[in-house]
Amino acid sequence: MSEGLNFEGWSCPLPLRDHPNIVMGHGGGGKLSAELVEHLFLPAFADSGAVDMGDAALIAVGGAHLAFSTDSFVVRPLFFPGGNIGELAVNGTINDIAMRGAQPLVLSAGFILEEGLPLDQLAAIAHSMGVAARRAGVTLVAGDTKVVDRGHGDGVYINTSGFGIVPEGIDIGPTRAQPGDAIIVSGTIGDHGIAILSVREGLEFGATVESDTAPLNGLVADLLDETRNIHVLRDPTRGGVASALNEIARASQVGIVIDERNLPVQDAVRAACELLGMDPLYVANEGKLIAIAPASDAERLLARMRAHPLGRQAAIIGRVTADHPGLVAARTGIGGTRIVDMMVGEQLPRIC
Amino acid sequence: MCLGIPGQVKEIYDMNGIRMGKVDFNGIVKDVCLAYLPDITVGDYTIVHVGFAITRLDEQSALETLALFQSIGLLDEELRSNAAEEEAA
Amino acid sequence: MKYLDEYRDPDLAQRLFAEIRRITTRPWAIMEVCGGQTHSIIRNGIDQLLPEAIELIHGPGCPVCVTPLEIIDKALAIASRPNVIFCSFGDMLRVPGSAKDLFRVKSEGGDVRVVYSPLDAVRLAQQHPDREVVFFGIGFETTAPANAMAVLQAHRLGLRNFSMLVSHVLVPPAISAIMESPTNRVQGFLAAGHVCSVMGTWQYRPLVERYHVPIVVTGFEPLDVLEGIRRVVLQLEAGRAELDNAYERAVRPEGNVAAQQVLSEVFEVTDRAWRGIGVIPQSGWRLRNAYRAYDAEARFAVGDIQTRESPICRSGEVLQGMLKPNQCPAFGKECTPRTPLGATMVSSEGACAAYYQYGRFIKAEEVGVAR
Repeated sequence: MSEGLNFEGWSCPLPLRDHPNIVMGHGGGGKLSAELVEHLFLPAFADSGAVDMGDAALIAVGGAHLAFSTDSFVVRPLFFPGGNIGELAVNGTINDIAMRGAQPLVLSAGFILEEGLPLDQLAAIAHSMGVAARRAGVTLVAGDTKVVDRGHGDGVYINTSGFGIVPEGIDIGPTRAQPGDAIIVSGTIGDHGIAILSVREGLEFGATVESDTAPLNGLVADLLDETRNIHVLRDPTRGGVASALNEIARASQVGIVIDERNLPVQDAVRAACELLGMDPLYVANEGKLIAIAPASDAERLLARMRAHPLGRQAAIIGRVTADHPGLVAARTGIGGTRIVDMMVGEQLPRIC
Repeated sequence: MCLGIPGQVKEIYDMNGIRMGKVDFNGIVKDVCLAYLPDITVGDYTIVHVGFAITRLDEQSALETLALFQSIGLLDEELRSNAAEEEAA
Repeated sequence: MKYLDEYRDPDLAQRLFAEIRRITTRPWAIMEVCGGQTHSIIRNGIDQLLPEAIELIHGPGCPVCVTPLEIIDKALAIASRPNVIFCSFGDMLRVPGSAKDLFRVKSEGGDVRVVYSPLDAVRLAQQHPDREVVFFGIGFETTAPANAMAVLQAHRLGLRNFSMLVSHVLVPPAISAIMESPTNRVQGFLAAGHVCSVMGTWQYRPLVERYHVPIVVTGFEPLDVLEGIRRVVLQLEAGRAELDNAYERAVRPEGNVAAQQVLSEVFEVTDRAWRGIGVIPQSGWRLRNAYRAYDAEARFAVGDIQTRESPICRSGEVLQGMLKPNQCPAFGKECTPRTPLGATMVSSEGACAAYYQYGRFIKAEEVGVAR
């Protein structure tokens, strides 16, 4: 049988280098997204001086520090278990601002509407934006509406921008993780991504897998009330906890070790991930935060998180190390070790 | 290859002449093709790959395997304690 | 989850590790045939916790990795046609053809869709009678019954706009090819559990006898993999070569007879090229004449596309177990999941991607995590 095989000259595919066009992975929150920012946007924007890779930019205005952020929302379907694109858009930008320790004040909202979108859908979306803003104590102060031809958008895209004021003495950012810090996550991971995927993949949930979309500014305020000595806050949206931790490890030039056994994951989310061959560490969240703070404060912060309605299932999931800077490692369920790398593009259902 | 996950058959129905079922994976339910398991009944566990149930899980074998793992551990512990005794002697 | 969590128990895993250490007196090279097992081994860190004497060689059991470049190029050509909805399992989207991948075809306007099941593609064909729906039918024996049923269903429904690009491969001929390779080092096999759920175990007995090699049918959870390894080592240490089943809860000796009947109704055995390996005789399935009307290669006249693969990377040797991914000079340099040179770097189950993703190129000591 072996005569027919060419053992010496085994062939190999050609390299696939950069994509000449945007591919979906450029929006996946993984390496492709990061490279787009680093190699295309930052060089073009460099003169503006606004080069801060945190969730929100810090701007000094007079004596105060503003945390400013913008985010666009293109979720499909528009209405999903646990929320809709409107509250997602409000909460998303609020959370980006809160991840600087700032109290969000105002938001703007820009709408790109597709011809034919039913008005009652838009009304429902706008209504829930108002509810979400009031819940978080922010005001929607500016807006814009454009309409595109039918077939040129998924009903509605929303951009929100906003800012908040960083209280005196707060210094929270992605570069501040230090060896010895503890890593806390505020609750179960992967809920939002699986809630969205469930609709697309035709999964029915017997129980309650809903998007976790929520404003985190109240939780952040509680944490800062407990201690101002928090180094990093991050909301692990696209790309999930794994991508957020990788960004922090690189920005702070530290190593990160997490223990998979301590990761809070809902049963149904875990089951969906098993079924689709996905890893909950890479699935999006919209109402969770990662807090990195000195280990000596970790238990206090954890207790405070658990006392808040959005942090009941908070857990300490790992620690920051001086070893292997830039890398995230995980201790596996059976006591082995693996590297938790950043995704290249978007995570796809793995079948084979 | 061949990601396959165990789930429990909750309901059996017919779609365009194909035997289908709702299979529960710890709280999430998916429509699965049961055409290849003509004997499977509601309550049975199956392994599902790309939307198809490919085999019925045999509970007896599952329990036996687990019992075997337990006994391997015990055997090992016994050996270790024997060795310790020998060393002590 | 029932039937999953029990087989991930860390205490029992430690006991199995201890038992494997206890019974291993010499170095052994064992191949896990299936990419799903490779994934489990790397994701759980099993290889690091085994005694050094046991070397796990990652086998060619990843359909995404071994689908030949020529078929990928045909897929890309079909997916680029304006009237086609091209459906594929998620993993295939990243596999590079000669010049592009399905992601790029999509970015250039192709209608490429990820489906969970081949029946989803049949449903799309029903919903879009004015479009040609093509399903990329790859996979080993586990996936083939699903793909066969999709063809049967399209036939029953009289769908003229459904076709399948078929590139099915089979495990036993690959095991033969590995054992007959002059450079083979494999001394025992963990056979792919779910392939055996479909096909049974009887196909492997002749291989055990012909090559005097232990073959243990093995599952995918950590304890299953460890039990498979334990049983192979027991045989090797005793000089035995037998067919054994360590995945009895899911594998019957006769397999799934209903599935086998449909498989032989729809498919027939054919020679098949394996990416990075070459043509292995009688190692694949193609549509029988009765179902040739659903053959996308014929329907879209892509038979002319013939692609030679360029000899840059060494994924062929990796697939054969002759080279560890991190021993390839291009590994992690020219070749990363971002810029894959070989399909083993493309698929999340490919040995190279698994090594890269889970850091097998960095020693545990360097990672600074207790073993």
